[in-house]
Amino acid sequence: MADPETVLAMLATAIATLLTCSLLAAAFHRFTLGFVYPMCLSAALAALSADLIALLSGIDVGVSFPIGLPTIGLHFRVDALSAFFGLVVNIGIAAAALYGFGLDQKRELSPRVEPFFAAFAAAMNLVLVADDAFGFLFAWELMSVTSWALVIADHRSAEARHAAHVYLVMAAIGTMALLFAFGGMAGPAGGYAFASIRATHLSPLIAGLVLVAALVGAGSKAGIVPVHVWLPLAHPAAPSHVSALMSGVMTKVAVYGFIRIVFDLLGAPTLWSSMIVLVLGGASALMGVLYALMQHDLKRLLAYHTVENIGIIFIGLGLALAFDADGMRSLAALALTAALFHVFNHSLFKGLLFLGSGAVLHATGERDMEKMGGLIHRMPMTAVAFLIGCVAISALPPLNGFVSEWLTFQAILKSPELPQLGLRVLVPTIGAVLALSAALAAACFVKVFGVSFLGRARSEAAMMAHEVGRPALAAMFALSALCLASGLLPGAVIDALAPANRLLIGARVPVQLSLPWLSVVPIPESHSSYNGLLLAMFIVMSAALAGFVIHRLASRGLRRAPAWDCGFPDPSPETQYTASSFAQPIRRVFATSVFSARETVEMPPPGSLETARMSVRLTDHIWQALYVQPAGMVVAAAGRLNALQFLTIRRYLILMFIALIVLMLITAIFE
Amino acid sequence: MSDALLSFIGQGCQMLLVLLVAPAVTGLTRLVKARLMRRKGPPLLQVYSDLIKLVRKEAVVADSASWLFRVAPYLIFALTWVAASLVPTFATGLLFSWTGDVIVIIALLGSARFFLALAGMDVGTSFGGIGSSREMMIATLAEPAMLLVVLNMALAAGTTQLPEVAKYFIAAPLAIRVSLALALVALVIVALAENARIPVDNPATHLELTMVHEAMVLEYSGRHLAMIEAASQLKLVLYISLIASLFLPFGIMPVTAGPLAWATAGLAWLAKLAGAAIILGVWELSIAKMRVFRVSEFLGGAFIFAFLAILLSFLTQEVLR
Amino acid sequence: MSHVYEVSHFLAGLMLVCSFALLYQDRLLAVLRIFAAQAIILSLAVSWEAWTQGRPHLFITAALALVLKGIVIPIILQRFILQLGIHRDIEKVVGVVLTMLIGLGLAAMSQMLIIGATTGAPAQAREGLAIALAIILIGLLMMITRRNAFTQIIGFMSIENGLILAATGARGMPLVVEISVAFSVLIALFVFAVFVFRIRERFDTVDVEALERVRGDQP
Repeated sequence: MADPETVLAMLATAIATLLTCSLLAAAFHRFTLGFVYPMCLSAALAALSADLIALLSGIDVGVSFPIGLPTIGLHFRVDALSAFFGLVVNIGIAAAALYGFGLDQKRELSPRVEPFFAAFAAAMNLVLVADDAFGFLFAWELMSVTSWALVIADHRSAEARHAAHVYLVMAAIGTMALLFAFGGMAGPAGGYAFASIRATHLSPLIAGLVLVAALVGAGSKAGIVPVHVWLPLAHPAAPSHVSALMSGVMTKVAVYGFIRIVFDLLGAPTLWSSMIVLVLGGASALMGVLYALMQHDLKRLLAYHTVENIGIIFIGLGLALAFDADGMRSLAALALTAALFHVFNHSLFKGLLFLGSGAVLHATGERDMEKMGGLIHRMPMTAVAFLIGCVAISALPPLNGFVSEWLTFQAILKSPELPQLGLRVLVPTIGAVLALSAALAAACFVKVFGVSFLGRARSEAAMMAHEVGRPALAAMFALSALCLASGLLPGAVIDALAPANRLLIGARVPVQLSLPWLSVVPIPESHSSYNGLLLAMFIVMSAALAGFVIHRLASRGLRRAPAWDCGFPDPSPETQYTASSFAQPIRRVFATSVFSARETVEMPPPGSLETARMSVRLTDHIWQALYVQPAGMVVAAAGRLNALQFLTIRRYLILMFIALIVLMLITAIFE
Repeated sequence: MSDALLSFIGQGCQMLLVLLVAPAVTGLTRLVKARLMRRKGPPLLQVYSDLIKLVRKEAVVADSASWLFRVAPYLIFALTWVAASLVPTFATGLLFSWTGDVIVIIALLGSARFFLALAGMDVGTSFGGIGSSREMMIATLAEPAMLLVVLNMALAAGTTQLPEVAKYFIAAPLAIRVSLALALVALVIVALAENARIPVDNPATHLELTMVHEAMVLEYSGRHLAMIEAASQLKLVLYISLIASLFLPFGIMPVTAGPLAWATAGLAWLAKLAGAAIILGVWELSIAKMRVFRVSEFLGGAFIFAFLAILLSFLTQEVLR
Repeated sequence: MSHVYEVSHFLAGLMLVCSFALLYQDRLLAVLRIFAAQAIILSLAVSWEAWTQGRPHLFITAALALVLKGIVIPIILQRFILQLGIHRDIEKVVGVVLTMLIGLGLAAMSQMLIIGATTGAPAQAREGLAIALAIILIGLLMMITRRNAFTQIIGFMSIENGLILAATGARGMPLVVEISVAFSVLIALFVFAVFVFRIRERFDTVDVEALERVRGDQP
């Protein structure tokens, strides 16, 4: 195959192209109009091929430059984990670039979007190949800043400004946490290159603190509850192809950061760390999908749903940590495979869904599902791609979402082999939470597709919608094809993930592609198997057979007529179920306690011709308790401290005197 | 005959049998309910005549319906049929039984439900919305309980591949295990919910207040309605066979035992189906349908039973270590 | 697995299921019947212990449990309930879902506790103790989350069922202690019943929260 230097060179060229593109676009926008996205597309494809070659050939190569911090320099490395995540990232970038080329939402915004888009893509690729703490954090910050600029591209909207503000604060907190994490790992000796961090041995206390810091830092970028709050504000505010990148790809870069720190750099996992990760993953999965069900803004719903999928990924990671801590390597490899497969899947179908919602936004000008309806008639192609995305994200066979859920469940079903009783009770609980969130996700996407695309149009805008252009459709269909392919041939993906497993855990799931009929049998002793291709063929053949038999032997007549509706058809499309009404049963069962949902109906007095109003009030307890209240306390404390501004000279002298005495006392006591 | 050929023929027989027998089970339930109410009731073969009548009629489709509305019945039927072919009924070791384990079967039924709910939303009437939203709520509550039952099975048998689990339970001695009893109760509750039976949903109602499944298929007619009815009958047979293969596995033969053994195993299976149909008929008459929001407590009970079953299994495991 | 262990495990598990049913059930007569069922199952479990372990005095415990708590007390309480005319629903302080989830958590926690603390003891004893502790805690939970005085009484007595199960699993209580405990429960029951009558006479309700309003604890 190719040799390592070529791979490195290809990656370096791709990243350099993206950076140059970004600078040129910023400086000379009038001349670069229309060629930024194609350049991004080709750079992404080049990086994609480099990563694919690296992954399949098992290349592990590094390079370092003496620039950067004086004693450290800049190190870069491409290993199996970087290559796999690079694959994920660059597929997303390529699709988004193709889409952006066809359909940049508001032409007047493109000078503000294009340069930062290219820089964002470059920064994400840089994070994946960084091999020392400084380079990693520099690339991470570049990623945050460029995505912030993209969020605030439409700076006239108050929603975008608020979202960008929250995002900036959360990103700053995250980077500070990561700084602590790397500082803790490097230790007093201060070797910041990843190689020297791996060699340092940490005490359990420090390791625990580093894990928590990594959870806050990488977790907030990924979207773990409770540090997810910026996600549903920022992802919808950005242009649609950028939302696809942020939700589908940047969250995966954050997951990469977490895996790199916890699995690679931190050394031996402990049981406590696995329990924390499992609980946070389960909480994110459940809360994310419950939040999503309550939304009727299409993009905000998709953003909250990302929180759920990141929760599923972290459940897989927690399981891998638990099995690894008990020395059960092959089961740890299974759990890690499930998590990484879900990383791949989620970037595909979340990207697809965001691109689809962008198409809908472009066609109707609306993000609110309550104003859509019947779009399947006006935008047939987008509807097909969106339907494939919905089926995939609801984890329905034979598409790819099901395979990663199945693998996660197989890992959970092996949990009775863990020796600790606490874990043995915790993991099935998390499994039940996972099953619950999977079912809620299916309900959520029935709502999304049913309310936006099916039914009758609820507004003028929906009635006047038109199909989007070819490049956008091509991007969406490319992602759908990948969803289909990885669902029908999951063995190929599992085998491609094996080098990453071997790198991090030292074991791998048995080779799948050599099994008869391309089945997937992750644990040979338990005989549990799944064959996506055969199942799909089975289903298609049964449907075709049934259709053929009935059309031949019985009737094939079809007649169009007005809807039956039990004899009382209503011509107004407003009598259809809306998004909030669809979610009402689930809201009543779950949200009454979780979100303190209260419905109030205001009926006008009898005889009055006013309309009645129904309103639903939801309280986001996490936001209130963890963010609004502490923020309020900080502001109150700052207000009290304000009094320090207005002291007399004598009082200032007293302060300095007290400080001096305290310092002397401390020195005296501890010497 | 070679083993491969036997398993291929066995698989084909199962697929055909399951299709032919499904309407009869529903018919028997209806007959039992009618007789217990001192009515004569429709003859057993009436269900078949109804299906044939529907299939021959022209399908009337609403103006606002899309291609999804017309394709969904075939998809729903195919998904349910494939799932029913994977459950061991009279033989284990059929040709395609390794393409999916019990989680795949549950997920296939979930896909069928997904498309049914979408079809309910397609025409844009409020009835469809009622059915779809309530159906998804019930599905949401039934899934965690089902997963815990599967975990119980996996704990006992060490695998989730149904033929292997059936073989394990055939070979294991009849033990009075409280965890299995609780798991059985949970599975029965989930089966009642998934098949839209009383007390969760009334399969014979046409009142909006009480409809879940009927509301989703309100707009369907002709051959489309026939396929959806056939799919729900198949689903009932699937669940009965699932419960029987786990908790009443006597009579299931390995597929290599030859056609004579299949015949006896097939008769055992038909007897189990008939027994279940009669019990279901009696049950549906003895209990009233619950309010929609009490269903969540009912299914919560299933979850509690399944979780208790796991806790008790762990206790036994720990104590006898 | 020996059938001795299996039968006792089955009966203890059924008692645990009865405890959960008590948590959830909101009709007074049904609560009473489930409590009677739990007492009958308890007597069966104790008899099984007595037979397989050759401790004949446990038969007396079983008979006491059956007669007193399976038959006599439920009949007396049923008379009281019918006389007071309270066949209405019970309101709970905490929602059903949360109560059941807490109950599950208590069962898991008691299991982890007993398994951790009793390594080396015979299997039957460990299992009996774990389930008995769960029954005791759930009985306490029932007393906390109910507002009707009668169901609090039932909760208290289901705690005693758990205690007897624990005692038979361990070394078994001496008969004297057993009889005195049983009689003290009976007397406590009579005192409770008299109080409930008086409360009902005074305040026209057996809702315990009403007392707090009178006492001035609530505005």
